[in-house]
Amino acid sequence: MNFVVNILIGIVEEGLMYALLAMGMYITYSILDFPDLSVDGTFPLGAVLTGVLILHGVNPWLCLLISFAAGMLAGTLTGLMNVKLKIIPLLCGIIMYTAMLSVNLVIIRTGTNGGAIASFFTKSTIFNSATIIPERIGGFYLRTAIIALILVVLCKVIVDLYLKTKNGLLLRATGDNERYAIMLGKDPGTMKIFGLALGNGFAALAGSVIAQNKGSADQQMGIGMVVLGLASVIIGLSIFKRVKLMKGTTMVILGSLIYKASYQIVLELGLPTEWNNFVKAVIFLIALVIGGDQLNKLIKGLVKRPKKEGENVRAE
Amino acid sequence: MLELNNINKVFNAGTVDENRLFDNFSLKVADGEFVSLVGSNGSGKTTLLNVICGTLRPDSGSVVFGGTDITNAPEYKRARRIGRVLQDPKMGTCATLSILENMALAENKNKRYSLGRAVNKHREEYFKSLLETCGMGLENRLGVLAGSLSGGQRQALALIIATMTDIELLILDEHTAALDPKSSETLMEITQRVVTEKKLTTLMVTHNLRFAVDYGTRLIMMHSGSAVMDIDGERKRELHIDDILGKFNEISIECGN
Repeated sequence: MNFVVNILIGIVEEGLMYALLAMGMYITYSILDFPDLSVDGTFPLGAVLTGVLILHGVNPWLCLLISFAAGMLAGTLTGLMNVKLKIIPLLCGIIMYTAMLSVNLVIIRTGTNGGAIASFFTKSTIFNSATIIPERIGGFYLRTAIIALILVVLCKVIVDLYLKTKNGLLLRATGDNERYAIMLGKDPGTMKIFGLALGNGFAALAGSVIAQNKGSADQQMGIGMVVLGLASVIIGLSIFKRVKLMKGTTMVILGSLIYKASYQIVLELGLPTEWNNFVKAVIFLIALVIGGDQLNKLIKGLVKRPKKEGENVRAE
Repeated sequence: MLELNNINKVFNAGTVDENRLFDNFSLKVADGEFVSLVGSNGSGKTTLLNVICGTLRPDSGSVVFGGTDITNAPEYKRARRIGRVLQDPKMGTCATLSILENMALAENKNKRYSLGRAVNKHREEYFKSLLETCGMGLENRLGVLAGSLSGGQRQALALIIATMTDIELLILDEHTAALDPKSSETLMEITQRVVTEKKLTTLMVTHNLRFAVDYGTRLIMMHSGSAVMDIDGERKRELHIDDILGKFNEISIECGN
């Protein structure tokens, strides 16, 4: 019994942490129609930055904010590539990810005097330094899950509120119909860059949280994040699309939990850990198959070429 | 006053498909004029609107609007003074936002898109009064997503949205072309009322010769990038469809359609 409860807590705990990444990809993929592959690079950016900063005694909560800001900066660059240089989302992501491999390595080498991994098990993190959850509530894992839940709910509420503001509405309109944004006198490119900054901010935030949970951070943590994030979003949106009044953010959080549950079940069946990424790929594949229209949206989004001025305007 | 001076535009320059559409084309539209543009396919009507709105830049020549040279201004900046309704009803509204959200977004045009709440309950009555003028019952469906409206309803909403804020020029790019005859009639009536009420300078491209004759204060017929007919004032008021049909058929046959 205890065994099952522990697995469940584990699923909830990690599912919630990765839900932060899913929330970011919800903004880029679902709202902006820009499947962003740079998160494979910005997720570990948040992780290694946090690892290095915590080793240097920076407050772990502050690390969350710094990671978010660093992710936003990277996302801005992805956006600039797409908007200013007219590069398709697929390539923007690949270029950004490749560049981030070096950036992350430099951060970790600099911060650990040449190491390839930042370990900070003994340092305080948002999970073990927290006095916000009293110990009588439950064991360490339960308290960790509660902190993750608070973080996710907080982020979800902020995103939901933002999407109802004037700026948020403009972001949604830009993703849905760029011409509409133009007709409102706004440069859709600016909104796109901002949306990508937000999405990658959340990816780096997720990286920071996961690293603090593990007590270590390295470049490897980014592998498979695109697949994990997109799968969560697609699972959430396609399963709950008919539920009236459920917000997209709620759908992707649930999607992330379902993703994590299926992943964990496969591993509990006794698959060796070296098959981790294989399982991720297969779940993503299944998500694409059951996702219906989502596959089409994803493919179109990946290769959508930013239009140059006057392009495709016929002589009429 | 809107002025197009010596506009040149070549499509596919240097290829076998080279198409010199505008060769020193000039046009002046006075404030308050409602111009109907008709013409054969490929005559330059839509390109003209695209050059005015900045969707396309001319190869040479200038676009001067209200005394400012806007030839090199980006499209989104020009849109601050121009309202535009396109042929495709999907373009003028955001499908995934409700009617209310669409209108709230549009009302904020030319202001800051801040982190303030977008939908203000106090404005609902005003939005409803605008929608009532369409007579489509949209005023009772504020919470409905724009994407679930019919083409005619969506285009009416697009027109209201385009004219909600103070614009100096209204551009209608075959805005009735995708609609059934009945919806087109309704939309033209709404258009006429909005244009008269707001005294908007308007340029309307249409394939419907009757609309061009019945509506507007000036009629321009385009062919191969030039105006082959330009009628305004008293003559436009007395114009009958038969007066222009002959000329229209002549240019249409010339293009093979």
